[in-house]
Amino acid sequence: MDLLIQTVVNGFIQSGFYALAAIGLVLVFGVMRVVNFAHGELVMIGAYTIWYAHAQNGVPYLFTVVLAILIVTAIGLLMERFLFRPMTDDPLGGLICSIGVLFILQVIATYVGGEGPSKQVPPPFEGTLIVFETVRIPYQRVFSIGVSIFALAVLWYFLTRTKLGWAVRAVSMDREAAALQGISTVRISMVAIGVGAAMAGLAGALMAPLTNINPHMGHNVIITAFIVTIVGGVGSLPGAVIASVLYALFHTFVTTYFSGTIATISGLLIMVLVLIVRPTGIMGHRVSE
Amino acid sequence: MNNRGKLNLSTLLLLAGLFAFLLILPHFLKYHQQDFLIFLTINVLVVVSYRLVTLTGEWSLIHAVMMGVGAYTSALLSKNFDISFWITLPMAGVVAGAMALLLSYPLFRMTQFYFLIGSFAAGEAIRLCWIQFIKPFGGTGGTSAIPSPELMNIDFLEPIPYFYLVLVIVSICVYLLYRIEKSRIGLTLHAVHWKGVLAESVGVNTWNYRALAFVAGSLFVGIAGALKVHYIGTVAPKQFDIGFMVFILIWVIVGGYRTFYGAILGAVVLSVLDEVLRGVDQLRPAIYGATLIFFILYLPGGLESIPHKIKKMYQQKRSRAT
Repeated sequence: MDLLIQTVVNGFIQSGFYALAAIGLVLVFGVMRVVNFAHGELVMIGAYTIWYAHAQNGVPYLFTVVLAILIVTAIGLLMERFLFRPMTDDPLGGLICSIGVLFILQVIATYVGGEGPSKQVPPPFEGTLIVFETVRIPYQRVFSIGVSIFALAVLWYFLTRTKLGWAVRAVSMDREAAALQGISTVRISMVAIGVGAAMAGLAGALMAPLTNINPHMGHNVIITAFIVTIVGGVGSLPGAVIASVLYALFHTFVTTYFSGTIATISGLLIMVLVLIVRPTGIMGHRVSE
Repeated sequence: MNNRGKLNLSTLLLLAGLFAFLLILPHFLKYHQQDFLIFLTINVLVVVSYRLVTLTGEWSLIHAVMMGVGAYTSALLSKNFDISFWITLPMAGVVAGAMALLLSYPLFRMTQFYFLIGSFAAGEAIRLCWIQFIKPFGGTGGTSAIPSPELMNIDFLEPIPYFYLVLVIVSICVYLLYRIEKSRIGLTLHAVHWKGVLAESVGVNTWNYRALAFVAGSLFVGIAGALKVHYIGTVAPKQFDIGFMVFILIWVIVGGYRTFYGAILGAVVLSVLDEVLRGVDQLRPAIYGATLIFFILYLPGGLESIPHKIKKMYQQKRSRAT
């Protein structure tokens, strides 16, 4: 019973990372119609920033979190300007460009961190929160889930209550109609990738003290993000959040009771199943070509 | 395309010259360069078979895993059941093809972006099964001590005999793939890509043709996988991961996917470049990445379009001069 409750709690905490990591992918795909394969590497760069600045050079943790967000956002904006913008009419071209970026970012990470074993960051928040004497949550995880929820709330406010947020949603619904209303699709693309990359950087920064950091960690992130995106419905942000929670719970349970690999295999199979049975996912709507 | 793929005399002479060159080439190479030549020849079959899949306009991300399906089939059959290489090699193709047929039912309900992601997911699920189920597949480390082919008294552990074996099999497969592309089927595949609705309206079952291309492409890449692991002696999930899939994509795109020889050109040029860069191992992926971006942005037609471009520039210059 204790293990059950603990697993549920762990799953919920995990869902924060999943949602943060997936939302950038959903946002960029929704607005620009391009699959950013390097999205996992953006998360990886965020984690490396923490390792390099905080663990190696002693810069305070919270400061490096902001730094990670800034660096990753800058990379995202550069990708938009030099790759996705020239490739506007060619989604496959954009995807292939992002694969090129993926390789480059991995090499940069290898150069900064060197080869060898995965890096560890000592948790800046020590101690464990004990609820009802059975459920144990390290403060680091409490902090992570708190910041994740806060960031998602800010994003939700931005998208539903501000003019710029409306414009972002308008472009992701119908690019041409939005352009006809006088919305600059280029500017909105920059906003989308900026916000998406910032979320990815934050996810990496929060994950850093809780996971093994290596240049290939983006691979698992992108698989998770794909599953969440597809199951939630391509282009749907609420769908992505719901799918993050469901998938995180599912993955944590299967990992706890069976193994991590089986959890990922079943996740991928669920995703294929969703693609066959209901390609629009939980919350998506049919996109007219 | 009106001569329907029949080779004319000058092409035949060129091919004969190429073969003569390839026959004597390994004798002038160092040991690791001979290894490289074998892998390069196998990769030619990989890209050409991938080209067949992409002819219908769908870019799949499962081709590397299909190669793995063939590789595992052949490796496990020959190791555990002591079946001869000459039987397991075609078996590798058949099993990979059958797997593709099975997967085509769910996967071809999707198109474009969804197909890309779906094929990626299906491939990754298969690959993770090789890691998870240690019993037949051997887990992350894979399976080693795969027997090498036996034929008379030839020692296929040596690179040169194995290279000749690979050269013969790859040549046959590439020729078959060439004939398929230039046949009526191949022309229909082109039609499905460029004029899908029109093709359907004249009675072409596009679903069948897409599946046919996918199954045939997987069959040939399964053979390529078997050829590879019987030489290395080890088969592991890492060999067929998304990284290798990306290399296939890069070869096809950098070479150019409009003509049959474009993909081969890409594989050969980039592999040789890769071999030259051996000294800077850490940097290699970044150079690959940058090359890919450069080609997509500035030379979307690939290497094979360079001669056309030069010709065009030359003609423009001349017309301006007159």
